[in-house]
Amino acid sequence: MTVLLRASEVVKRYPAGRAGAVHAVNGVSLDVRAGETLGVVGESGCGKSTLGRCLVRLTDLTSGRVEFDGQDITALGPRRLRPVRAGLQLIFQDPYASLNPRRRAGDIVAEPLKVHRHGSAGAIRDRVAELFEVVGLSAAHLDRYPHEFSGGQRQRIGIARALATRPRLIVADEPVSALDVSVQAQVLNLFADLQDEFGLTYVFIAHDLGVVRHVSDRIAVMYLGEVVELADAEALYAAPAHPYTETLLSAVPEIDDGSDPAPRERIVLTGDVPNPSDRPAGCAFHPRCPYARDLCRTERPPLTEAAPGRLTACHFPLVSSSRAGAPTGR
Amino acid sequence: MSEPLLDVRDLRVSFRTRRGTVTAVDGLSFSVAPGEVLGVVGESGSGKSVSMLGLLGLIRDPNATVTGQVLFRGRDLVTMPDKELRAIRGRDIAMVFQDPMTALTPVYTVGWHIAEQIRAHEDITRQEARTRAIGLLEEVGIPDPARRVDSYPHEFSGGMRQRAVIAMAMACGPALLIADEPTTALDVTTQAQILDLMRRENAGGSAIVLITHDMGVVSRIADRVLVMYGGRAVEEGPRPAVFRTPRHPYTWGLLDSVPRVTGPRLRRLPAIPGMPVSPLDIPDGCAFAPRCRMRHAACTERPALAGDRQHRDACWLPTDDRAALRREETTP
Repeated sequence: MTVLLRASEVVKRYPAGRAGAVHAVNGVSLDVRAGETLGVVGESGCGKSTLGRCLVRLTDLTSGRVEFDGQDITALGPRRLRPVRAGLQLIFQDPYASLNPRRRAGDIVAEPLKVHRHGSAGAIRDRVAELFEVVGLSAAHLDRYPHEFSGGQRQRIGIARALATRPRLIVADEPVSALDVSVQAQVLNLFADLQDEFGLTYVFIAHDLGVVRHVSDRIAVMYLGEVVELADAEALYAAPAHPYTETLLSAVPEIDDGSDPAPRERIVLTGDVPNPSDRPAGCAFHPRCPYARDLCRTERPPLTEAAPGRLTACHFPLVSSSRAGAPTGR
Repeated sequence: MSEPLLDVRDLRVSFRTRRGTVTAVDGLSFSVAPGEVLGVVGESGSGKSVSMLGLLGLIRDPNATVTGQVLFRGRDLVTMPDKELRAIRGRDIAMVFQDPMTALTPVYTVGWHIAEQIRAHEDITRQEARTRAIGLLEEVGIPDPARRVDSYPHEFSGGMRQRAVIAMAMACGPALLIADEPTTALDVTTQAQILDLMRRENAGGSAIVLITHDMGVVSRIADRVLVMYGGRAVEEGPRPAVFRTPRHPYTWGLLDSVPRVTGPRLRRLPAIPGMPVSPLDIPDGCAFAPRCRMRHAACTERPALAGDRQHRDACWLPTDDRAALRREETTP
């Protein structure tokens, strides 16, 4: 399988106050394969959005490397980045903040086409009309302003804008979290349809574990700027390898109609996610981990293969290679 | 059944606007028994929040009209003089909102907020109020409460702020807690902590009205569920009945369109077409009809909330074969 996007040891650090620094992304390495959806999940402050911005070079990396389609784009200047960007687009979370309120919907979608010199004004107009149809908006919407649209429709405009330059990879940062549940399902279906139609590759960043499972082929779980687990979606949900993944899954208030004879046992974490400027030594999760041992307090576990296809950064993973896929006894 | 703690009858909240009268809540009736947890579910614009603000007399807009009866322990809150209502709010009925910062002043300490709450309703000294505040912070799981009582809201994380607000709400031991999306802004692990806390407060005797858009959250905590759409109740019943045998096509849609953490994965979700109805143009008949796949001639007329006393819904479909209809609907 071809790797479309490769991140190696990506670090993004923001200066914070006197000599301090926030490690928003702390050494993340992952591959995005052509045609797949890679889900990135984690709680607020885990660095998932910053990682997304690093992947499309919307922010400069502190260190590390990003390769898109075999080309190192880590240090490309604005001029040389522009042709790369046509193939690499971002969809934002907030459909209210990411559209210019003073511009008509049609102009917003036409903007990337103009930047990338798509063709004559007529060709651009035709392409915009086509894009509106693809995302389920009508030609009557072209001349309206963002405030005349609902949240779901605005997100469709954002999707149309991202599709304009026929990208191969789209990084979607919480694209459905601002939407009502019934509209969320429509937009998720649109993502699926577009992937089938155009062979798109997605990096889908979200905090909702149900949504991430629904869209993803593989999933990266982030905690405090690090990937703590990376595995196939089904395997990860069936038997999480990292204690943090296990806790996250057990905290989801899944719809319970009282018919399940053995509901999942819930692990309620105490305390909050530590401040990313003050990362605990050893494994970042150890102060909250129910299984932490001495080794976890001193040594940072690398992301290694615990079982075939199951990468996890844990000294004592919950799945082992001898019994791949099955949770080890506790 | 015991006497209801809160009995809402035919509540209507409307606003005069330049574009005509907007009826945000249209003839809503429900009751809450002492110690019960009622989950109110709906999407944006369904009227779930505004109905609660309306019944507590918290809508200050001069263009708003609130009518109907809201009986709390037999006394009508709608016609009650403001002064008496103020004595009930905060003491007997407390409220928690989605964003804890709306309930906290950044310039005062967390402890001050709680002490103020107690002193507004009880005649006790500052020192006693402070001691009570420390106890309450401990109860809601704030570590080191004796020190944290002097912290300012910005020194707390989102989850801790919501705990502090719950401590404020519980300060006078209210008989009813109305919580409007209390966990929506929080991460899942924090949400689980706050839901646990609310369960504990409920076990301590307070009835709870929990407003949320999240069917999962409701299914984990509510005794009874009220589903709202377009300012009206579309279904109401005990939790197991609503989740196991949902009757209204809108409830079916809400349950089916949520991607789950367990069970089979579908490439496409069964979505409800269209978008939530705007309070500005609610149809005369069934508000959900324009999005409903089972729409038929009868739907131009407004269906009443009907059924047995336990499980009621507002739909013209024949009750007997709803289950078969739903199966037909979900299997394409």
